[in-house]
Amino acid sequence: MNKIAQGVRLWFAPQRIREEGDTPDYRFSLANERTFLAWIRTALALIGGGFAVDQFLPELVWGVRAGLALGLLASGVLCALRAVSHWVRCEQAMRRGEDLPVSRFPALLSLVVAVVAVAMVVVVLFGWEGV
Amino acid sequence: MTATTDRDPGLQPERTRLAWRRTTLSATVVALLAVRQALHGGVTPAALVAVALSALAWLGFLLVAHRRMLRMEAARPESLAPRGALTAALCTVALAAFAAAMLF
Repeated sequence: MNKIAQGVRLWFAPQRIREEGDTPDYRFSLANERTFLAWIRTALALIGGGFAVDQFLPELVWGVRAGLALGLLASGVLCALRAVSHWVRCEQAMRRGEDLPVSRFPALLSLVVAVVAVAMVVVVLFGWEGV
Repeated sequence: MTATTDRDPGLQPERTRLAWRRTTLSATVVALLAVRQALHGGVTPAALVAVALSALAWLGFLLVAHRRMLRMEAARPESLAPRGALTAALCTVALAAFAAAMLF
């Protein structure tokens, strides 16, 4: 928990990242920034999916629709916050000359997306009659 | 030495600028979906507040992206400030929060 608090404090104190280590080649920083943006786009796509489920599947029972939409929205929020934290940790690792951090998050996210996709298939196949 | 001879042959600043551009386009699509959702039940005061808040989140994102894209004009841009990264992420989270609020 302490580690998380320290990490969050770093988000708000940009100069503290620059205090330690050496500034890496600007190309590495830009590559890190593009990875961050790719994660933000993933988050935006998940959130857009949440809106779309709610707007374009009006025939669904409210509970199923809200559940699917909330699942997509929650994973979008997680994805966006995690994008910042991963970007900060990569930036720090590059400054210190350490290995880049590894993470379980991509595997978790792909599991969530797979579960939502299977749920969608089930809903489309069997959901219409129940309404 | 001029900026052109100094320019990185891998076009990293350009690629980063385009990545910001793609991301603002995605944010625009989500913001439009949010407005569509808000106005679904007709133009009520609550709907107008929701539209205004979505527009605010979208504008915040646009501002961060615009300032960052201007920085990309340099031959060797500085790395992104954490505050910019955090603002972009928070605008994204705000759009998700409105979507969740509008479900109920």
